[in-house]
Amino acid sequence: MSIIQPSAPLVGAIEKSPKISLIGTLAMLIEAPGEFDLIQQGRIWALADVVSSWPIVQEAVIGVTNVMLVFEQPPADIDMLGASIVELWHRLPGRKADGKVIEIPVVYGGELGLDLAAVAKHTGLPARDVIRIHSEGEYTVCAIASSPGFGYLHGLDPRIHMPRKSVPSLNMQAGSVTIGGMQTGVAALTSPNGWNAIGWASVAMFDPQREQPSLMLPGDRVKFRIDRIEL
Amino acid sequence: MIEILTSAAFNTIQDLGRHGARRFGVSTSGAMDPVALAAGNALLGNDENAAGIEIQTFPFRLRFQADAAFALTGADHVSTLGGSTVRPWWCTRARAGDILVVGLPRRGARVYATFGGGIDVPCVLGSRSTHLRAGFGGIEGRTLQAGDVALIGSTKGNSDRRFDFGVAPPDVAIAGAPPVEDGVLRIRVMRAGEYDLFSQTMQARFWSTKWKISARSDRGGYRLSGNQLILDAPVEMRSHGVVAGVVQVPPAGEPIIQMSDANTAGGYPKMAAVIQADLWRLGQAAPGSIIAFSEVSYQDAVAAMVPVNDYLAKLRATANLYRAL
Repeated sequence: MSIIQPSAPLVGAIEKSPKISLIGTLAMLIEAPGEFDLIQQGRIWALADVVSSWPIVQEAVIGVTNVMLVFEQPPADIDMLGASIVELWHRLPGRKADGKVIEIPVVYGGELGLDLAAVAKHTGLPARDVIRIHSEGEYTVCAIASSPGFGYLHGLDPRIHMPRKSVPSLNMQAGSVTIGGMQTGVAALTSPNGWNAIGWASVAMFDPQREQPSLMLPGDRVKFRIDRIEL
Repeated sequence: MIEILTSAAFNTIQDLGRHGARRFGVSTSGAMDPVALAAGNALLGNDENAAGIEIQTFPFRLRFQADAAFALTGADHVSTLGGSTVRPWWCTRARAGDILVVGLPRRGARVYATFGGGIDVPCVLGSRSTHLRAGFGGIEGRTLQAGDVALIGSTKGNSDRRFDFGVAPPDVAIAGAPPVEDGVLRIRVMRAGEYDLFSQTMQARFWSTKWKISARSDRGGYRLSGNQLILDAPVEMRSHGVVAGVVQVPPAGEPIIQMSDANTAGGYPKMAAVIQADLWRLGQAAPGSIIAFSEVSYQDAVAAMVPVNDYLAKLRATANLYRAL
């Protein structure tokens, strides 16, 4: 029998599969192919939703267009598991950013937004424009990582991108509203931080005693509202 | 109850870790040598996940405010109870008022003090481990200090049972673990995601180098020195989850092994990952130690845990039998 089947329909380009790699015997990293975008991120959310219900999976840890599965015990057939995930990736519809909308009132500038002037200078915009642009944006929580309750927010206007500092602030307050590169975020802990603080919000991003400890979850949307401006 | 009398920096209450909360950005914490903590708990008839004290700065002193059984496991060291020597990998009964002094290890980095019934601090997100960075777990989420008082859980009906016996430590009792040769600790690893991005020269360098655990190493991670692993073409990685044991290579080329307090996310190329069966051995390697990596397959890595689990199961069975005599 010939393997050439001229009558087979043309299916166009075959979509690339995710990259699957192990981190030891108890963790598997699944990375979406291609560039970062919210569509691939949504497919990661959908994949994480399904696989986290598998008995073998202790938890699915979402990253930026990737997800790490953590196992309680090493999977018996690791190749089979990888194959099921690839199959699921191609079959599963993505999830939209359909989580809750979180409105965060921000005191822009002032003592706790001490890098606002530097952002204004770097971007060539008046501080008021930086504030306006930041507060008019709508942001999507891609992942929670790096410190408890810290959301990786997508959607920062390129006009106010600002590189991280080469020397971190030693004691940045929890609640600081920050810009780091092409991302914005709300510091969840008081700690050294290399991002640029442009304001502050009195919102508890994380409380280990709450039933839902992290205020932000992947797929949520965030809006910053001007509470006050201190220039 | 126990009262801490002397504790230098970095001694904390730990159990086997806070699992299942990485997705909220919460690192696991937990004992750097989970085998030693589990063994101490097994000697006492505790749940293996009961909380104990991880001691990594010495001397450490505490006073028993009531009679209690306790065990010391982990690093080989000398302790005294009321002035008499207490052997490591041994469980003993203390009387109210006795003072326990835990001295500097001769070998290994961390001693675990476990207590009959376990240390009773509140469970936060399913664990009693201290999360220093976020300030919860253990006692107020911080390192122990003189004057701290901790409750010990109850040991139902165990009060008149025997608590004066010991076991062989795992580095002696577990067969199949690679020996320490010429002062070099062999650590078994599996290749990780970006191994193939490194040139053959760099891969060979990774395996042949005798790496030193630098002084800038702690529960968060071990920084290695001794060589540089440089990519021909740098890669920009997106932030992704990592687990303890991952060997990441920052642009400067000196690898970092993430440990118990590691961040939940990483973004550096991953060369390898320490297998679970050797993570506890790495947890006992002090700064200044020399390590070298050996490659194992997934199947070998899984199989390497069998003797570790057998060791703990036999230890528990023997201790239960002895205590019931």
